[in-house]
Amino acid sequence: MTPTPEYRKTRVVIDAAQLDVLIANLRAQGYEVIGPTVADGAIVYAPLSGAGELPAGVTDVQGPGSYRLEKNGTALFAHVVGPHAWKRYLYPPEQLLFRSVRQGRNLRINEELELKRYAFLGVRPCDIAAIRIHDKVFADGEYADPGYSARRQAAFIVAVNCTRPAATCFCASMNTGPRARDGFDLALTEFSDRGAPEFLVEVGSARGSQTLAKLKHRPAGEDDLKRADALLAAAARSMSRSMPSGIADAIEDHLEDAYWDKIAGRCINCANCTMVCPTCFCTTVEDVTDLSGDIAERWRKWDSCFNIDFSYIHGGSVRREASSRFRQWMRHKLDTWHDQFATSGCVGCGRCITWCPVGIDITEEARTLTKG
Amino acid sequence: MNDPMIPAPFRVKRTRKELEDTFTLELAPIRNSRPFHFSAGQFNMLYVHGVGEVPISISGDPGDPSVLVHTTRSVGTVTDAMWKLKQGDTIGIRGPFGTSWPVVEAEGSDVVIVTGGIGLAPLRPAIYHIITNRKRYGNVVILYGARTPEDILYRREIERWRSRLDIDVEVTVDRATGHWAGNVGVVTKLVSRGGFDPSQTVAMVCGPEIMMRYCVQALNDQGVANDRIYVSMERNMKCAVGFCGHCQFGQAFVCKDGPVFRFDAIERDFYVREL
Ligand SMILES: Cc1cc2nc3c(=O)[nH]c(=O)nc-3n(C[C@H](O)[C@H](O)[C@H](O)COP(=O)(O)OP(=O)(O)OC[C@H]3O[C@@H](n4cnc5c(N)ncnc54)[C@H](O)[C@@H]3O)c2cc1C
Ligand code: SF4
Ligand code: SF4
Ligand code: FES
Repeated sequence: MTPTPEYRKTRVVIDAAQLDVLIANLRAQGYEVIGPTVADGAIVYAPLSGAGELPAGVTDVQGPGSYRLEKNGTALFAHVVGPHAWKRYLYPPEQLLFRSVRQGRNLRINEELELKRYAFLGVRPCDIAAIRIHDKVFADGEYADPGYSARRQAAFIVAVNCTRPAATCFCASMNTGPRARDGFDLALTEFSDRGAPEFLVEVGSARGSQTLAKLKHRPAGEDDLKRADALLAAAARSMSRSMPSGIADAIEDHLEDAYWDKIAGRCINCANCTMVCPTCFCTTVEDVTDLSGDIAERWRKWDSCFNIDFSYIHGGSVRREASSRFRQWMRHKLDTWHDQFATSGCVGCGRCITWCPVGIDITEEARTLTKG
Repeated sequence: MNDPMIPAPFRVKRTRKELEDTFTLELAPIRNSRPFHFSAGQFNMLYVHGVGEVPISISGDPGDPSVLVHTTRSVGTVTDAMWKLKQGDTIGIRGPFGTSWPVVEAEGSDVVIVTGGIGLAPLRPAIYHIITNRKRYGNVVILYGARTPEDILYRREIERWRSRLDIDVEVTVDRATGHWAGNVGVVTKLVSRGGFDPSQTVAMVCGPEIMMRYCVQALNDQGVANDRIYVSMERNMKCAVGFCGHCQFGQAFVCKDGPVFRFDAIERDFYVREL
């Protein structure tokens, strides 16, 4: 084993004003800084030019099929995850794959790579786990996606541990949160219970350490560390939802079961759950041409196994029944993902519960199956 | 880093109409003259400018990598556009992808190949390989089914194989027309004719799922165990490299864990509806 680098032991405290410095600093290093901000009544991930755009004093109230923002206190990170996930930047909803130019009977096929250096501010521990899952899909296998790999390698990650999970969160039962252990450049734990917010900072990389050096900070005391531990332990305890153990086996035991017809009767096949999910990675492709037909573009777009065309082969779709599509979603997330990538495909972020228009709760459904 | 989603331009060297709805393209790379090596059973993604991209098995001789051969049935948007390509036109190619027929594992065993319709195209490379290395195998049985005598793919070649004294080739049609003097009925019925030692046989099956299902049954009835039966699965494919998720079949990605599977590995999921 390689020895733990010195910077991993760093524990300092910064005040909220330093976040502005951090953002400016990252921008000066050439990063586009993306972080949480309020738009259309939800917390979304968008480019930030300063800490003033963070959702100060905003809390999200989430439940199955419901989401609402409320004003409350002064904390900058009193919310958790919204409808956006970081895949929107690392593996965007629409990506130009190549342009094919026809000249006579020849084709010139040109790769189109858009390379951006992002700094993500406010990455929740569950989302770090989700990004690592995408690493397995897009970067670590036999084939690698160069766009994803480049953006991912460049990305600077400022994690924010969750001191106030939403009612839909169940990361503790998935072992992905509420505290990030690694996978970040810097990790913040917000103290907002005693006046103006302060942040305990942990360091996960050399570049994180260099970036932190430019911020005004004080060494963290024993009480700061205890305070963070207590907040995060309380956060873990406060999660009422959990993923039952044995769910993968339960799904295997119920592959042909009336249960799928029942749940399909509630599901409206909107595909929201897969769009908001930070680990869902499926895409389709679309071809477009200019009027002359000489210039063609091939686009890759997010897709969902809930779409009936998803499984189309000559003669008709394989998964014609809504029940088959629901089974694919749940079996993939909670069961076959383990065989494919040696991890669950669910990180416990709760997004699919919140953004399901009919309030289907993956933990409830899993419980039904493990009991049945 | 090479983007595995970017096709390389290939030149159409020859086109050949095989059947009313089926054609063959012979291709060669434009940018380099490197031979196109592949294993029997693997497939490519074929991109038609502005129209789309589809998975098509390689149906040429793996022993002759100087030319890339694809036989395609025209069934929709992309395959129709592909048929319109003429000698000298350009097509985009990515590949080869996927697993292959167990032609090496089968050495020393009897080989039974059961296929129907266009399913012969993905198996032809395996047949070429076996014929080239005929001494390495026991009995070789090829069973092929077509709708009518007019639908028999690679007919002249099949007749050539049939004339050999060291391969047992049987062809059947669903419906006899003209001067057809051969078998009539489903290809699975031919399996019961035997001609192979079930405990020493490797079976390779390619066709629609329902046909493969009956073939496996017929092979089992003859005593061929599921770990000696190989099938080629078909699923929607948008990437062929594990990115798009479309080809999932239970825990398998058909594009990289398949398309050729040893049947016992997928047996359970194979019988589940709409997986
Ligand atoms: C591993 C593999 C090997 C194959 N080998 C051959 C072969 O050697 N010869 C041959 O004729 N056919 C083969 N096929 C089937 C061939 O890919 C389809 O017939 C073709 O995709 C139909 O496309 P289309 O646009 O013409 O049809 P449409 O019906 O217009 O299809 C629309 C789109 O749906 C998707 N789609 C439709 N059918 C299939 C299908 N069967 N498999 C995957 N995606 C599909 C494609 O993205 C296609 O562009 C193979 C399929 C697979 C998966
Ligand atoms: S399945 Fe639901 S809870 Fe699990 S990671 Fe996806 S969106 Fe989050
Ligand atoms: S659950 Fe569906 S959309 Fe999500 S990764 Fe799996 S197959 Fe793709
Ligand atoms: S074809 Fe895209 S994952 Fe297999």
